[in-house]
Amino acid sequence: MGELAAFMILSLVTLIPAVVVVTSSNIVRAALSLVPTFLGVTGLYVMLQAEFVAGIQVLIYAGAITVLILFVIMLTEGGTGVRTRQLNDQVPLGAMAAVWLAFVLIVIFTRTGWPTAAGVLPAYNVVAVGNAFLSDYVLIFEVTSVVLLVSLVGAIVIARRED
Amino acid sequence: MNLASLQADLWTVAPELWLLGVGLLTLLLDLVVPAGRKAAVGLTAVVGLVLALIPTSSMVLWQPRTVLFGTYAVDGFAVFLKIIAIVTTILVILSATDSMGRQTRFEGEFYALLVFTALGLMLMAASTDLILLALSIEYVSLTSYVLAGFLKGNPKSNEAGIKYFLFGATASAVMFYGFSLVYGLTGTTNLYQIAQRLSAAPVPALYLAVALMLAGFGFKISMVPFHQWTPDVYEGAPTPVAAFLSVGSKAAGFAALVRVLVVTLDPSRVNWVLLIAVLSAASMTLGNLLALPQRNIKRMLAYSSISHAGFLLIGVAAFRGDFGTPGVLVYLLGYTFTQLGAFFVATLIGSQLGTDEIPDYAGLARRAPVLALLMAVFMLSLTGLPPTSVFLGKFYVLAAAIDNGLLWLAVVGIINSVISLYYYAGVIRAMYIMPAASEAPLAEPAGLQVALGVTGLGTLIMGIYPQPLIDLARSAAVLLRL
Repeated sequence: MGELAAFMILSLVTLIPAVVVVTSSNIVRAALSLVPTFLGVTGLYVMLQAEFVAGIQVLIYAGAITVLILFVIMLTEGGTGVRTRQLNDQVPLGAMAAVWLAFVLIVIFTRTGWPTAAGVLPAYNVVAVGNAFLSDYVLIFEVTSVVLLVSLVGAIVIARRED
Repeated sequence: MNLASLQADLWTVAPELWLLGVGLLTLLLDLVVPAGRKAAVGLTAVVGLVLALIPTSSMVLWQPRTVLFGTYAVDGFAVFLKIIAIVTTILVILSATDSMGRQTRFEGEFYALLVFTALGLMLMAASTDLILLALSIEYVSLTSYVLAGFLKGNPKSNEAGIKYFLFGATASAVMFYGFSLVYGLTGTTNLYQIAQRLSAAPVPALYLAVALMLAGFGFKISMVPFHQWTPDVYEGAPTPVAAFLSVGSKAAGFAALVRVLVVTLDPSRVNWVLLIAVLSAASMTLGNLLALPQRNIKRMLAYSSISHAGFLLIGVAAFRGDFGTPGVLVYLLGYTFTQLGAFFVATLIGSQLGTDEIPDYAGLARRAPVLALLMAVFMLSLTGLPPTSVFLGKFYVLAAAIDNGLLWLAVVGIINSVISLYYYAGVIRAMYIMPAASEAPLAEPAGLQVALGVTGLGTLIMGIYPQPLIDLARSAAVLLRL
């Protein structure tokens, strides 16, 4: 019961600021609203006993990514405007599609028998994550660094002036 | 797994490692080569890519298996698609060496990004793990967004980049949601283990996951109803990039789609064949009908590429038997040469005459007879007339459809081929019958000449003497399955 209550509270902490993110007309407020959303997700990770991921979530998302977004807003010409319209005249159509999709998802999820057998938790998360990165997921781990490098090159090309 | 077998596994990713090296070398060379001579950077990349063909093609006949802890496939299917990815990149870089330098000062980065994208396409073709698949799709998408919006002075290119990005980000998010459902149902990300665990009766959430995943793959291969971005992006992107997207991303998208559908979902007895068949018919028909009124060559080729995605999906739907998977491979290779060739002609006209409108091709037969003849061959090949490469592909996928009892789909395909003759013949008509605005002969840059020669020869040789290719595709159609 206590677990369910915690889950509900964390879900609300995640979802309510998320609505602000996509509706607020003040872009800085929208960016800062991401912080409680990320912290709510952190709480969910803690509930899943993934402390390491939770810690990383705070460091990277609540910390670094938010600051990065604020920097982007600051450095974009005319980006700090407080009168950004996030909605257009297609809102009713989009809302209908979203509600319909949510309905379909809920119906399907409740009718599916999910395998919920509990796994065995490793004693130390960090060790398990490190081992997984350099054994089972070594190729993925290495490809990720290539993706980051290439994204960096691409971002520089896009950002620099053409003259 | 011990260290020795890990070392052995590293040899199987030798082509990928080599390409990574070529990409880094291209980036470094760009630092020292002075502006105005950047074509040398492109040529270095081309040499590196050509050399990458040697280790790649030597792997065609290797024993199919998965390596690196089951995340990467070594099978003929993956190798064949890797070869397509490399050949596409070589030809696209050759075609761009002349015109890109005048349009952007980031020419060196352009070649480096193309080489890195080729690496991404190879990873996509051979991934056997949902995480690696997601990562490589995202990798290819990221570089493609940048390439589409590469000409920052050109508003249409900017529009292409941002549209591609918005569509792509949404499609990826939907697809990854589908992946997460599959993981939730099976508790593993390995495609082969998923196939094993899904062999019980399919549950409702699996159908949902299939639909969500198709959104992402459909975006990559520009399948109806996820095709809307295609004409705008192809029109706005630099023409070599449009050529690259219409062939390279599409081929790798098909590789991922076929692997996920045939290897992973088929054992679960989810009936996806009918769904794919309907989407195939819709893509062919809608793509063709929308191509009819187009006057811009790039938009016309975009809609025609949607319709060709439909044809390829026939081969995916009819994968059982001897024709389906080899058919997709033969079709992809033939389509690669022909579609690239058509785009290269558009590149040349675009850079020499500054126009992409089909009526401006008037009198090309007099101004550049070889070019016009090649374009006519490409157009006839895209229609599917013998003796050309796409005819061979169409023949195979239609035979596969009939073989699989999808006769109605084959009929839709044949009707669509006839319709497509109208707009392809429109280009030939403009080149050969309409009077030229000027008689001045067109200059043909060397890089483009080589690229056009290879695509033209590929198109014709595959049509006239297809036997070696058919044998290769048959032996390569060994898709590692359970």
